[in-house]
Amino acid sequence: MKKIILTFLITISLLFSAHAGSESENSLSGKKNTNPKDCFEKVNRATFAFNNGLDKVIFKPVAKLYRQLPSPARTGLGNMLNNLSNLTTIPNNILQGSLDTAGTNLARFGLNSTVGILGIFDVASSVGFPEYIKEDYGQTFGTMGFGEGCYVVLPVLGPSTVRDVAGTVISFVGGDPWYNVTVKNDTQYFTESDYYVSRITGGVDFRAKNLETLENLENNAIDFYASVRSLYIQDRKQKIINSKKIIDTQNDSDWEEIDTE
Amino acid sequence: MNLKKKIFKFFLIIYFISTHSTNSLSLEPKDFVQSIVDQASQILSKSYSKEEKIAKLKLIAKENVDIKGIGFYSLGSHRKSLSDDKKKEYIDIFEQYFLKSFSSRLAEYTDPKIEVNDQEKLNEKYTMVSSVLLATKDKPQIKIDWRIITKNPDKPLIIDVVIEGVSLAKVQKEEFNSTIQTNDGDINSLLFSLKEFVNK
Repeated sequence: MKKIILTFLITISLLFSAHAGSESENSLSGKKNTNPKDCFEKVNRATFAFNNGLDKVIFKPVAKLYRQLPSPARTGLGNMLNNLSNLTTIPNNILQGSLDTAGTNLARFGLNSTVGILGIFDVASSVGFPEYIKEDYGQTFGTMGFGEGCYVVLPVLGPSTVRDVAGTVISFVGGDPWYNVTVKNDTQYFTESDYYVSRITGGVDFRAKNLETLENLENNAIDFYASVRSLYIQDRKQKIINSKKIIDTQNDSDWEEIDTE
Repeated sequence: MNLKKKIFKFFLIIYFISTHSTNSLSLEPKDFVQSIVDQASQILSKSYSKEEKIAKLKLIAKENVDIKGIGFYSLGSHRKSLSDDKKKEYIDIFEQYFLKSFSSRLAEYTDPKIEVNDQEKLNEKYTMVSSVLLATKDKPQIKIDWRIITKNPDKPLIIDVVIEGVSLAKVQKEEFNSTIQTNDGDINSLLFSLKEFVNK
């Protein structure tokens, strides 16, 4: 029953977002809104302020402590987390039709988990495997043509969109093998805490890598909330495109406007 | 006939000289970015005080960035409804905001190692130059692309920096738009915020 409700919710949310691009039209006012579609802006801003407070009290100090770890320890932890993420990336490679990449990532996972001692060492990169690119279900929905839908800020987890939330739900209903063997199914090899520790460490690792960048962004922002929203949406678009070209996160006509001066 | 030939030769020589001198003056966007990166890197790696670094970085930005272009781009469609006086007021305050924000962001770095790799001409007006900020023990490698306006090939200017696919000009445009929209479309709210930032 739970699964049926979840499937229903995902379908509805994706249908809702299917035609929603980032350049949105406010149907009530008829005003053209050039910002990304931020349907719940007031709630989002409140959640953002809450997360920001939490960050200052908990995440930032923890990330600073994490930075004190010796560099090889941090690299090893980062490698382990990247290796685990292959478990979500591989099914998404398949769903996106990139079977070659799925095969490469499967070999990468096998090599790093064994020779690389549970992923601590990125042996695959050392022997010349192509650069690893993470994929998730939100990105897969994007490649299938689903629009991002409304922008949402989740408590603790931070920025997302309706499409990405739907992707996360897929992970929890069987799409993430790591979640399946730790939390969902009672295996004798892993416990629930393994999953949560890996997720929290992943968050701290990300925060530690972006300490100065985020501080810089906040100090120089006129509207920090809008900056983070733009960063998140542009970053997700880029990840969906997976482009190695040196451009094109944006429409060139954006720039033509300034030529009319 | 001889005179005609001489005149023809004269014009031919003039043509070649002018063509050659134009080519020698025009700067490849890739080399342009490399020279700015080198200048900035030199400033940041020296033992100047933070204030001295900021002052020197501001000079580089004034010389090599199309601040007015970025300012108008950041304003988006709101620009069209502004009077000339208001536009001037906006550009004046935007320049101060931009220079302060740009230089204080950069001044945080000490000796960044940037490798300029490639360039791709988008059209007559724009070329993208790609580079990477090399990894340090704390940070992974970061891909940085530079949008260069080449309307005047002898004087290319930076108009956007795209970090890992995220355009900083676009972030700023959405930020400004958000400020204006949350204040019922009033451009003065943005001017007030910019002034507040410049004076803090």
